[in-house]
Amino acid sequence: MEYLPNVIFVLVLAGAIGLFAKNVGKLRRNIFLGQKVDRSDQKSERWKMMGLVALGQTKMVVRPIAGFLHIIVYLGFIIINIEVLEIVLDGILGTHRLFAFLGGVYDFLIGSFEILAFLVVVSVVVFWLRRNSLKLARFVKPEMKGWPKNDANLILYIEVVLMGLFLTMNAADYQLQQMGSEHYVEAGSFPISSFIAQGLAGWSESSLILLERACWWLHIIGILSFLNYLYYSKHLHIILAFPNTWYAKLQPAGEINNLESVTQEVKMMMDPSADPFAAPAEDSGADVDDPGTFGAKDVQDLNWVQLMNAYTCTECGRCTSECPANQTGKLLSPRKIMMDTRDRLEEVGKVLDANKGEWKDDGKNLLDDYITREELWACTTCNACTQACPIGIDPLSIIVDMRRYLVMEESAAPNDLNVMMGNVENNGAPWPFNQMDRLNWANES
Amino acid sequence: MEELKIKTMADMMAAGETPEVLFWVGCAGSFDDRAKKITKAFARLLTQAEVSFAVLGTEESCTGDPAKRAGNEFLFQMQAVTNIEVMNAYEVKKVVTTCPHCFNTLKNEYPALGGNYEVMHHTTFLKQLLEEGRLKIEGGAFKGKRITFHDPCYLGRANKIFEAPRELIQKLDAELVEMKSCKTRGLCCGAGGAQMFKEPEKGNKDVNIERTEQALETQPEIIAAACPFCNTMMTDGVKNKEKEGAIKVMDVAELLDGIEDL
Repeated sequence: MEYLPNVIFVLVLAGAIGLFAKNVGKLRRNIFLGQKVDRSDQKSERWKMMGLVALGQTKMVVRPIAGFLHIIVYLGFIIINIEVLEIVLDGILGTHRLFAFLGGVYDFLIGSFEILAFLVVVSVVVFWLRRNSLKLARFVKPEMKGWPKNDANLILYIEVVLMGLFLTMNAADYQLQQMGSEHYVEAGSFPISSFIAQGLAGWSESSLILLERACWWLHIIGILSFLNYLYYSKHLHIILAFPNTWYAKLQPAGEINNLESVTQEVKMMMDPSADPFAAPAEDSGADVDDPGTFGAKDVQDLNWVQLMNAYTCTECGRCTSECPANQTGKLLSPRKIMMDTRDRLEEVGKVLDANKGEWKDDGKNLLDDYITREELWACTTCNACTQACPIGIDPLSIIVDMRRYLVMEESAAPNDLNVMMGNVENNGAPWPFNQMDRLNWANES
Repeated sequence: MEELKIKTMADMMAAGETPEVLFWVGCAGSFDDRAKKITKAFARLLTQAEVSFAVLGTEESCTGDPAKRAGNEFLFQMQAVTNIEVMNAYEVKKVVTTCPHCFNTLKNEYPALGGNYEVMHHTTFLKQLLEEGRLKIEGGAFKGKRITFHDPCYLGRANKIFEAPRELIQKLDAELVEMKSCKTRGLCCGAGGAQMFKEPEKGNKDVNIERTEQALETQPEIIAAACPFCNTMMTDGVKNKEKEGAIKVMDVAELLDGIEDL
């Protein structure tokens, strides 16, 4: 019986990690439903990008208030994880404050964790107020109704509860240390929880132990539950922000990729010796025969980085608030493009789950069922959204790929654009002027 | 004013000459009445700086930018491959253009299709000419004037060129005032992504009106632009606000060129 808590702890820990691993597996599978794209070049640039943007949060501070508060929560998250390591080891080994032998360093660490935990609570309260009382415009857009709104608030509540449990646990521990209770070694400093401890004055030793143990267990179970909540939440960014910035586009923002499948076709058209009726060479692989879809109609037509982008999106709405179309009341919201992509990808994943990994057409698509044509045609390709994203998400590339599908597979461009393209094709200019008149300006006074 | 002598690459080749730079005029610069003035202003500056340049003239064709951004990758690549064939035949090494859309496409999207050139936007090129002492600014027609600069998306955010046009404006001893959204956070004029050629989607305002309002907040005498499409959008915005009598929309090249005209 002596080892019962250890056994229970190990079972809980293994269960939580197992469940998380299962979700990670699903996440990987869904992301790699996307098309191949090679982003393994310029490795040193990529590490630098990840270091600056994800680890260094350089793009968060473009908006100083949110950026500063986010850095506190972020640092709190990373640093307090050192304490989680101790808690996990204590749980497995049945020890208490395993790292106490560090002496002064331990006191400093625990003291820092407490101050950070307090600052995190303060930041989270401000975040909550910005979302629910100040109702900043980007937090109350149409796409933020329902689950996205609840998700955002739930994360804030969970963080407050976790920090509260951590501080209460320390307060009880502190009281027990003062009492000289057996098993509670005198270790750590408690700049914040010593205030909470004042409220525990007069509590009996057994009540304090009960409180301390309850907080300890609830805290670690809370953390493990939060870990498994990530897959269903925008909070997934705490993991995916790192690969997402590493695999982000490094070319100038204005450069839109040239479709290789189109290059092949164009080369063939321009080659006078090519036989237009030639059958494909027999030894050519299957993927050479099938040029695939031009552009994107559904999530599987997008590349895996675009799909990872969708899972990484934190729905902060900085993209949407900088978007000229959205600012002037159009339907387009780059954030919604990312949220729709994730929702559709999840739906596709569920179809796969239900059919033992086999794809069965569910009659739905990212186009029209999630993202409307009106949204796609409102984009000015100005890159305000990609510039604004603090973690390198590229909604513009999805918009362009979906336009490509509309134009090249469906010939469904707005009529004005068909006229423009007809002009380019026939006169070499978007307007109906004759190419032979191109130099007339030089002779006009 | 002295008449402009514009040579084409074909003229140059026939005479056995190679120009220092190809001036890529672009569709707007060739056909749009307002943009043609920018083309001429820039050509005058090149002439003044004794830069040996040529244009493609009737051999130039749309870069394919609006087609690509509308989703027509086929048409874009057809245009690109045709233009590249022409430029490679003339062994073009260096290209300068007054249009940020042509600039972006030629610089970033042509290399993979076989078009490798040193491509410059005219603001960067002019700045270089000034630094090299080939172009001189004399007089001060714009001295002390309040000028606000509108960042073209395809020059600024797309290619990180923010300072060259600003330095040129400051060389005029003008008072450069920034809009609340500028540089990396500059607001689009509303023309990009082929929007220039279609009606906007339903909303509560046109993008160019929003941007013009931001520009007017700075109480400028001149709104400087560096893109023929931005120029059109901002000019329309100023007209919509009935301020065309008080506020001019001018390209940076026109500002530099205007010194001697005024």
